[in-house]
Amino acid sequence: MEEEVMTEKRPIISTGGPQPAAGKRRSLSMPARYAINAVLVLVILILGELMIDGGAINRYQSTVLEQVGIYIILAVSLNIATGYLGQLPLGHAGFMSMGAYGCSIFIIRMSEVLGIGARDFVTGSPMTFLLVLGGLVVGGLCAAVAGIIIGIPALRLKGDYLAIITLAFAEIIRVVMLNIDSVLGFELTGGAAGLTGIPGYTSFLLVFGCVAVVCFLIHTMMKSRHGRAILAIRDNEIAAEATGVNTTYYKTLAFVASAFFAGVAGGLYAGCVGVLQPAVFGFMKSIEILVMVVLGGMGSMLGSALSATVLTILPEALRAFSEYRMIAYAVVLVLVMIFRPQGLLGSYDFSLSRIIERVMNRDFPWSRKSAAPAGADDGKEASHDA
Amino acid sequence: MFENVSRRQFVTGSAAAIMGLGLVGCGGNGGGEGGDGASSIKVGIMGPHTGDNSSYGLACLNGAQLYFKQLNADGGVNGKQIEAVVYDTKGDATEAVNAYNRLVQEDGVTGIVGSVLTGPTIAVAQASVADNMPCVTPSATAADVVTYGSNYFRACVTDPEQGRVMAHFASEQGYKNVATLYLSGSDYSEGVNAAFCDEAESLGITITTQQSYADGDVDFKAQLTNIIATNPDAILVPNYYQDDGMIVNQARTQGYDKVFLGVDGWSGIYGGSENYADAANLHDCYYCCAFSSSNESETATKFVSDYEAEYGEAPTNFCALGYDAAMVLAAGLTAAEEAGLEAGSDEYKQAVIDGVASGTVEGVTGSISYEGTGDPVKSSLIITFAEDGAEETFQVLEA
Repeated sequence: MEEEVMTEKRPIISTGGPQPAAGKRRSLSMPARYAINAVLVLVILILGELMIDGGAINRYQSTVLEQVGIYIILAVSLNIATGYLGQLPLGHAGFMSMGAYGCSIFIIRMSEVLGIGARDFVTGSPMTFLLVLGGLVVGGLCAAVAGIIIGIPALRLKGDYLAIITLAFAEIIRVVMLNIDSVLGFELTGGAAGLTGIPGYTSFLLVFGCVAVVCFLIHTMMKSRHGRAILAIRDNEIAAEATGVNTTYYKTLAFVASAFFAGVAGGLYAGCVGVLQPAVFGFMKSIEILVMVVLGGMGSMLGSALSATVLTILPEALRAFSEYRMIAYAVVLVLVMIFRPQGLLGSYDFSLSRIIERVMNRDFPWSRKSAAPAGADDGKEASHDA
Repeated sequence: MFENVSRRQFVTGSAAAIMGLGLVGCGGNGGGEGGDGASSIKVGIMGPHTGDNSSYGLACLNGAQLYFKQLNADGGVNGKQIEAVVYDTKGDATEAVNAYNRLVQEDGVTGIVGSVLTGPTIAVAQASVADNMPCVTPSATAADVVTYGSNYFRACVTDPEQGRVMAHFASEQGYKNVATLYLSGSDYSEGVNAAFCDEAESLGITITTQQSYADGDVDFKAQLTNIIATNPDAILVPNYYQDDGMIVNQARTQGYDKVFLGVDGWSGIYGGSENYADAANLHDCYYCCAFSSSNESETATKFVSDYEAEYGEAPTNFCALGYDAAMVLAAGLTAAEEAGLEAGSDEYKQAVIDGVASGTVEGVTGSISYEGTGDPVKSSLIITFAEDGAEETFQVLEA
């Protein structure tokens, strides 16, 4: 999906390696780049849907795929705050739970008002589709509001102080979800027993449609003036402020965007599982998402997506060895951190257009003396990405 | 040795090894769909076998496996052996849904015992409606579990039902004024408390005060002082045994010598791995539960000795419920097998469900039948304590 998000170690302007000696380098126009990526996304979505309809992917596999998509959104959204903004928030599960509760309560209440039954969400109609989209936006907005509330005071702090305050805030959200019913005097979140009766509106198409949209939005945001400001803050906050970047504004912006997308993922999660209990959104959930980002490489959207995929599928694939699967998971983390502390992909990001441009310019890794950036099997990774 | 291997080579190598392992994992388990009808019947067992609540999950697992083992030794169902596929849910709803889908889609089970905790079980119940998959949960007590479709049953009684049972018991014993002390924020404790108070008031009992405490509290003197000031005949303490033990000890120190009422969370307060209350303080304490080793009925004593022979420890309430859940499911499977249906077909599943719904099972936690709902109609035990703290069956309340 994403093209070249600005990376740490290379200059901003040059998009490739050394220029061909012939002088002018041929490149794709912006609309062509977007068209290529949009077609790729559509092809993968349609292919996936056809495979599910045809029975090549059974429901177990498609549910796991939905969870993969949800974790991809969570990881790439946390990547805004960790990878691009360079902060260490530990409260992503809190935003996820805001989104999950916001979205599912909205959908449950609205479907009561509109008289839509739980089965209608499975069969699907334009009305339910709009309702679900509305729910996801409401969930995202709930999370974004929580992000503003915590972001404004928290982002005055740095490093471990910020980690602690976000951790605490996520715990506050969890305890509020647990006890708000007895405070309000009517049933809203269902407390410890959980919120039940959430229709199963999450589907493969919806999840991966959201993945595509979220990746696109994050990508364009990071390519814009706002994104450059966020990256500038990461690289040197004092220098950024000295050059006129409003650091408070941009830190909050990045943080709120991160929270919003986590809320959308939370909404999808609610529809996938069908029951929400505050205990699910504890500290460990935040850590799980952070691990995905760190493992994939902070600042790499492809890295986050790839490690979210691997870390969601790995425990399922190892289910037969249930006693050992958590060890395998941990061993992967230890090995990666020892041998590749910058994460699997570092700050590399995949760009289909870049590859096409290289082909157009006959600029292949093997035809150059200087080493190309890591990423030998780009073609394979593309399928993970949409 | 490691000096000769570059990091890049090592990472590539280990990544390849892990991918390989994952693929073996996938390949080994795929393709089992439909079950191989001829010689065995596949059933799934799931629950939290690791993590915070693993003690409940493992107890249910042991109970269920013991039943299937005995059933297989007796010739199985219709000459077919039961083959149990066990998956861990880690107490997480997402994991539970994945485990359920995997059991149904990849392993081709014909019925499921599980899940154990309420949240994951609700998630599974919602997912299972579309398949009409027969499921029996040993221990999930939330009302919602059995309301999504007709395919879900439970072996235990609900929390509110326990509260109502104790209200009737209090009324029979002639208690006029009852106070309650419950854990706020706990689904279980609040549920029992609310149902008890409603039922007790309709039976003409006065609830003198309802006091609550927070999770992790160890000092209950303030609440107990308030309670004792209202001079109740009995105090309802619908919590888990650790808290119940402390409450009983502290109340006795404060001079309260009348009755305590409890529910199945009391199971294990004395004589288990640890004694949570002094034997001398446990006089006039009554709680209701499904199973106690002190029950002298024939099925219960046989279960206790079999369980001890198999696992080398005394069974808990959850072990007995796991055993009974397996028995309920097996009864349904027997009905479907006798009808000669093909395993995995829709008619087969419906026959299992009908078999469970219409049959009566003599379980170790009493006789279980379902009268048109997934909630069992079953007897309860009222347990009290002897002078040395040993549990005694005070009364068997028939359904």
